[in-house]
Amino acid sequence: MTTRTFGEPILRREDPRLVRGDGRYLDDLGQGAYEVAFLRSPHASARILEIDASAAISVDGLIAIYTYEDLEGRMAERLPLLIPHPSLTAGRTGYSLAKEYVRHVGEAIVMVVASNRYIAEDAVGLIEVSYEIFPPVVGIESARAADHLVHADVSDNISAHMIQEVGDARSEIANSKHQIVLDLEIERSASMPLEGKGVYAVWDSDAKEMRLWSSTQTSTGVRAAVAAKLNLPLQKVECTAPDVGGGFGVKIMHPWPEEVLIPWAAQILNHPVKWTEDRREHFISSAHERQQSHHVEVGFDDDGRIAGLDVTFFHDNGSYTPYGIIVPIITSTQLLGPYKPSSYRVEFTSLYTNTVIVTPYRGAGRPQGVFAMERTIDAIANYLGMSRDKVRDVNFIQPGEMPYDQHLTFQDGRPLIYDSGDYPASMAMLKKMIGWDDFEEYQQLARLSGRKVGIGMACYVEGTGVGPYEGGFVQVETSGRVNVSTGLTSQGQGHQTAFAQIVSEELGVPIEDVFVETGDTRRFAYAVGTFASRAAVMSGNAIALAARSVREKALRIAGDALECDPRDLEIIGGVVQVKGDPTNCIPLKTIAVLSNPLRYAFDESAQAATQFAVGDTSKPPILEGEEPGLESRDYYSPLQSTFASGMHAAIVETDPETAEIKILKYVVVHDCGRLINPMIVEGQIHGGVAQGVGGALYERMEYDENGQLLNASFMDFLMPYATEVPFIETGHLETPSPLNPLGIKGAGEAGVIPGSALLASAIEDAEGFEIRKMPISPSELWQLRIDHQNGLVPTLKIGEKQK
Amino acid sequence: MKPAPFEYVRPRTRAGVLAALAAAGEDGKVLAGGQSLIPLLSMRLASPKVLVDINLVPDFSALKISPTHVEIGPTVRHQELLTSEAVRKAVPLLAQALSYVAHPVIRNRGTSVGSIAHADPSGELTAVLSLLDGVVTIEGQDGTREVTGSDFFLGPLESAINSGEMATRVTFGRLPTTMGTACVEVSRRHGDYALVGVCAAIVLGEDHQIDRARISLFSVGPTPIVIDVSGILKGIRIDSKHWREAARFIASSVDPDGDIHATTAYRKNLVEVLSKRGLQCAYQNALDRVAVKQ
Repeated sequence: MTTRTFGEPILRREDPRLVRGDGRYLDDLGQGAYEVAFLRSPHASARILEIDASAAISVDGLIAIYTYEDLEGRMAERLPLLIPHPSLTAGRTGYSLAKEYVRHVGEAIVMVVASNRYIAEDAVGLIEVSYEIFPPVVGIESARAADHLVHADVSDNISAHMIQEVGDARSEIANSKHQIVLDLEIERSASMPLEGKGVYAVWDSDAKEMRLWSSTQTSTGVRAAVAAKLNLPLQKVECTAPDVGGGFGVKIMHPWPEEVLIPWAAQILNHPVKWTEDRREHFISSAHERQQSHHVEVGFDDDGRIAGLDVTFFHDNGSYTPYGIIVPIITSTQLLGPYKPSSYRVEFTSLYTNTVIVTPYRGAGRPQGVFAMERTIDAIANYLGMSRDKVRDVNFIQPGEMPYDQHLTFQDGRPLIYDSGDYPASMAMLKKMIGWDDFEEYQQLARLSGRKVGIGMACYVEGTGVGPYEGGFVQVETSGRVNVSTGLTSQGQGHQTAFAQIVSEELGVPIEDVFVETGDTRRFAYAVGTFASRAAVMSGNAIALAARSVREKALRIAGDALECDPRDLEIIGGVVQVKGDPTNCIPLKTIAVLSNPLRYAFDESAQAATQFAVGDTSKPPILEGEEPGLESRDYYSPLQSTFASGMHAAIVETDPETAEIKILKYVVVHDCGRLINPMIVEGQIHGGVAQGVGGALYERMEYDENGQLLNASFMDFLMPYATEVPFIETGHLETPSPLNPLGIKGAGEAGVIPGSALLASAIEDAEGFEIRKMPISPSELWQLRIDHQNGLVPTLKIGEKQK
Repeated sequence: MKPAPFEYVRPRTRAGVLAALAAAGEDGKVLAGGQSLIPLLSMRLASPKVLVDINLVPDFSALKISPTHVEIGPTVRHQELLTSEAVRKAVPLLAQALSYVAHPVIRNRGTSVGSIAHADPSGELTAVLSLLDGVVTIEGQDGTREVTGSDFFLGPLESAINSGEMATRVTFGRLPTTMGTACVEVSRRHGDYALVGVCAAIVLGEDHQIDRARISLFSVGPTPIVIDVSGILKGIRIDSKHWREAARFIASSVDPDGDIHATTAYRKNLVEVLSKRGLQCAYQNALDRVAVKQ
């Protein structure tokens, strides 16, 4: 018997290389390349009056200085608006170097190329720019007031406005027995990969070809964008994502200004050029996310069943909208989670501010939506004096109702139909793992000894594996080595393990023989990218399909060679054999030889395939409809997304004196369909939970009223350390997706989604008063206690019990 | 994030270091562990023209523990001080405070004397120096002088060290066995600079009664703030009312700044809570030390 690989917790094959320092990240490439530094706007809103680079010209080692005036042709045009939408009526994008106006601190104005980065920074320091400074728009309130404008031609600062409605939510609420109104806020955070962005370009002036590396989540996207901007045929541009030190969404945005400027400079200068983003640049010139304020009105009956839900929210999209309005669309559609209100209305307004642009960060609008929904459910439970799990239970979509149509349009423009899931089973597992039913007793005991502890839960449904498609290529070499490639990129997901497990299982070869390459347009040119928890679903299935057709071809050729029916054959350990007669066999590598009829023998194994060695002389060496080689390429393109789900629960303790918040226990129940590798899925969950904890308790972008980001460093932007992340217990449910051949769903973003909702719920339970705004710091919690004592924050029923 | 150009010298002797510092004058900066300086250079928040690396001077790394004193050389790393059993016995507050200083990787490089010389009012060791009246030996080509405790700190990142000089030693007296100390702080994340921190020292008199009680606050003002509460606690044994009274007195004496991590009001609350905890803990440690002695 062969060892099973699919579904096994196999150690990640890429790790020995990465943890030993053998990774090749962007800045490890291009030794000897010219390096680039940018002069970036120190002002949030200003007009550029004059740029004086005369003092910088004399810096030894300076190669070139470029401003907008130097850009020509398509380079001088605006950067593309990647995802247009009918509701995005005033979409705006910037230029790769600022043209007259700057709209956030950090926007690139001057590009300096030098023999190394030190010198480039020296020169940047000597360039003088004079500005006419305008009062900036910072924050949702300031954007709504529109006393000042981010774009002169957008008179209300509104980029997009969108309403979706299922049933008549407003009248259903009005006719409900009970109504609640809530205002809920979430602040900004960011993807913050350890490796920032980076681009390295080499222009081959003989072949007129651009070779390009970018620390990106989409090498095909960057390739196409660069070809368009530089007016080069697509065939003359190749892009590789080398090892990428984390993406979390920020690197799916493309082309970043630097991604077109660096190859442009390499072409002009006819010399390799490289730019590696530093941390401050990442803070002020990449992307942020999360800031939204939500107004919720809900109507429900005595059992807590929601009749109508009406959500109005404002989304701060920063200074430009190159990635469209994907984030607020996801909030508005994924807010419903595992619930089925009888009617739902959601309306959002997306606003310009003079801050860094907003593009998806792991979770992508879902943490906000789940925060709004779960806070609402908790509020209903409090209002009715019901247990929080009971209110969730009565509103759950039941397994028998699957597939369940929410009658909304999802982020991919397709109907939001949940394919499968078992929410009551998840809830039962969650309650058991956290000890939900026994907690009240513990809470009372703790209270007697002066401790404040609280428990919370939060549920979510995540649309994963969005289209349009991905492809996979599987090839068996005559050595027995199996090459696998797919176009989407890897930035830590363990693709070299998970995809190899799929091929090993489908093809019947040892996993050691399988080699996976991703994110290189030279290997696989058709791809979308790695985001939206889609890689396993999309490329995993494409690779499985390709492996299946390789298997089919192998069995056909083996059938000829062994003179038997292919249906009587199986592949075990890389050898095709007759079922029940393992001695009657032929290795896959020999089939690879036979599949490629040769004229020339260049080694011993190839001799078997040369023209005087094999072949039925009555047929052509390659049959009609066949191709040489034991390989196949296939694509997976789903009709719609597949919907994973999960529930988290946590117990927290808050210090009665210092208001410090400590997580005592954290459990996750997760259902992403069939698991390819449970260890990798758990790793994804752990990383996600760490970011969820960060978003709930630590991280925020601290803009002052001038649009200056006050905490643009790892000293003051508080990402949680390992010491701040709790031990995470994970329970897996496997409800296969009926939508794809492998029955899998995405897992990449799950861990982060319920963080703020969950910890707000638990802190509320410990404190006995409402939490409506996240993240929350000890300083803020302490202030809320005082406000609560002064009657400014309402007491919850649990709080009344505590009195 | 690359430093501006600078000249780098690495003398092998004390005399060589002092000569290099004297030559550089205001343009010179001492490089020891570099845990504060290097980030400042990389962000171009500081651009000294000359860096004088003192790591090759052999006697700078000496840690001397005598029956009466602990003498710390300028390249002694936090980790060495933190893990020295002899130091722990002689001046327990050093280890108590150092356990809050950043993370092992930083403690392995960062120097304790450097941390004091940096005069960051958030630094735990600045509070230790002030509370215990440690002595900083400052040397320059023109001679050597000694500055005691709080007198060393003039303002945020500003000390009694003049240009051309450096701190070549910090000396703490061995604590009397009747003294108990403690360090408590609240930080946003493990190892971060404290939002508020308190070092406390209590000396017991006859019959285990409190004779002397002082605290030193860090991350509260421009320099460590030492407050004597002997008046409130003298002659007191265990009574929570008096701890609270002392803590309130301490909190009422300070006015910490608010920032993006914590408001003034919250910090004042922390001063009170941590002063109470620090004093109680120091008292318990004093009782333990007396008990061990007996």
